[in-house]
Amino acid sequence: MAEIIRTENLRYAYPVEEGETPVYALRGVDLGIARGSFVVVLGHNGSGKSTLAKMLNAVLVPTEGSVLVEGMDTADERLLLAIRQRVGMVFQNPDNQIVANVVEEDVAFAPENLGVPPEEIRRRVDEALKAVGMSEFTTHAPHLLSGGQKQRIAIAGVLAMEPECIVLDEATAMLDPVGRREVLATVHRLNREKGMTVVLITHHMNEAEEADRVVVMDDGAVVMDGSPKEVFTQVEPLRSLGLTVPDTVDLLDRLRHHGVEVPLDALRVEECADAIAAALQ
Amino acid sequence: MEPILQIKHLTHTYGVGTPFQRSAVEDMSFEVREGEFLGIMGHTGSGKSTLIQHLNGLLKPTSGQVLLAGKDIWAEPKKIREVRFRVGLVFQYPEYQLFEETVYKDIAFGPANMGRTGAELDRCVREAARLVGIRDEQLDKSPFELSGGQKRRVALAGVLAMEPDVLVLDEPTAGLDPAGRENLMANIRDYHRNKQKTIVLVSHSMDEIAQNADRILVLKGAHILMSGTPAEVFARGEELLSAGLDVPEVTRIAMALRDRGLPIDPAVYTVEALERQLLALRKGGAAC
Repeated sequence: MAEIIRTENLRYAYPVEEGETPVYALRGVDLGIARGSFVVVLGHNGSGKSTLAKMLNAVLVPTEGSVLVEGMDTADERLLLAIRQRVGMVFQNPDNQIVANVVEEDVAFAPENLGVPPEEIRRRVDEALKAVGMSEFTTHAPHLLSGGQKQRIAIAGVLAMEPECIVLDEATAMLDPVGRREVLATVHRLNREKGMTVVLITHHMNEAEEADRVVVMDDGAVVMDGSPKEVFTQVEPLRSLGLTVPDTVDLLDRLRHHGVEVPLDALRVEECADAIAAALQ
Repeated sequence: MEPILQIKHLTHTYGVGTPFQRSAVEDMSFEVREGEFLGIMGHTGSGKSTLIQHLNGLLKPTSGQVLLAGKDIWAEPKKIREVRFRVGLVFQYPEYQLFEETVYKDIAFGPANMGRTGAELDRCVREAARLVGIRDEQLDKSPFELSGGQKRRVALAGVLAMEPDVLVLDEPTAGLDPAGRENLMANIRDYHRNKQKTIVLVSHSMDEIAQNADRILVLKGAHILMSGTPAEVFARGEELLSAGLDVPEVTRIAMALRDRGLPIDPAVYTVEALERQLLALRKGGAAC
């Protein structure tokens, strides 16, 4: 599968005052994101995962190394608009991303700025709101919506640019369980039905269960990379990184230590229950 | 012993007389015992935030009463400040409320307002800082130089320094990573245990509530849906799910195992307990 984003020896140091030693938030990341894939990036605070996210659509540009979006170098300012049209970003705080007083105007903000013709904007706004299941709120005031609804409006705002890839930087961190489920279901559907590439940055392990691929970051580098089953069965390494393993794997791991013959990779609740029931009966 | 907080028929209505009139809390009654760790959970819009803002008099009931140590907190409205010293409220994302030049001054703001001075003030500040793991040399730093997790702990210390009898926390770990969440909860547990203070914790994280609370209040649509020990509440997993709430992942595994005919106690909500039950089942099976 072709790659939509490629980072090569990506290093980034946040600016420091003169005389101070720069601290690298990213220290050599080589990562290819396959077109149409659903990739979850996990890591504890300070692991570099949010810095990485901001690299993917040129909110930040590399100190060393490069990021290529469909072959376009994010360090080239002339390509900025083209890159951001292809890779859209949703941030953590829903309240910081809504700019208009009416939902449809908010969603229309980006295409308006891109100079999209009015009738085309209408079509895009309607489609984007439909895609996130918010059509009935077209003329509502965003500030009266729930957190999950606001994040779906923010996602619609990104969709209205018709990007190839959407990056969610801890976009569910401030939401309640229901809001979190709404947002996750929305991005999974976009991935499935529209083939949208999704990069989801999170520290909630259970958001990674349904991903194609899980990338674990620590101290500015990729330390694990594989399918959810491959990554989450690494119980001890994950714990030593300050990450928890899903309760399903934790339980299976404990049972195995007591000689119960269950697989470690029955990640989903239903799978896990099937495996345990089979082993005990 | 008299409960430290009694909430009697509390109703709070927003926008009275406007088309947007809506009761966020309706006829709620419950008690919080002294030294208890009470967890409150509920879907967004269930009335949690409105409710807790009544506990220290930030909101005034539309009707009903809030009693602190047996006394209506609004009996003498001019003394409401004292209530706020005794019931400390830690808001969501409290790190946005830091404002002083140094960590020390920020933590000292509350107790200084209470009239504490000199050595007594210094003791409150240092003790609160120590409780949340802020080191002495960090006290002279600007709070804005700290990491997100540290800022949150400084904000918590600012409330702890007032040594409130009741500590009310609204989603204290939201947005923190697993290690940060565990650290902060350990700080709160220490305050609870060492000082025997009452804690009211509002959280969306069922696992957090399951691991810490003595008793849980579940809110739904401005009312109390359930009240009981974690075991009692999580045993009603299906009801929680249909109320739009999460249950701990372990409870979901236990529910799935019961669906497959395994006799698992519905009240199990920790991995350890479920492990024990499953191992006991295996032994029982082997004996047959």
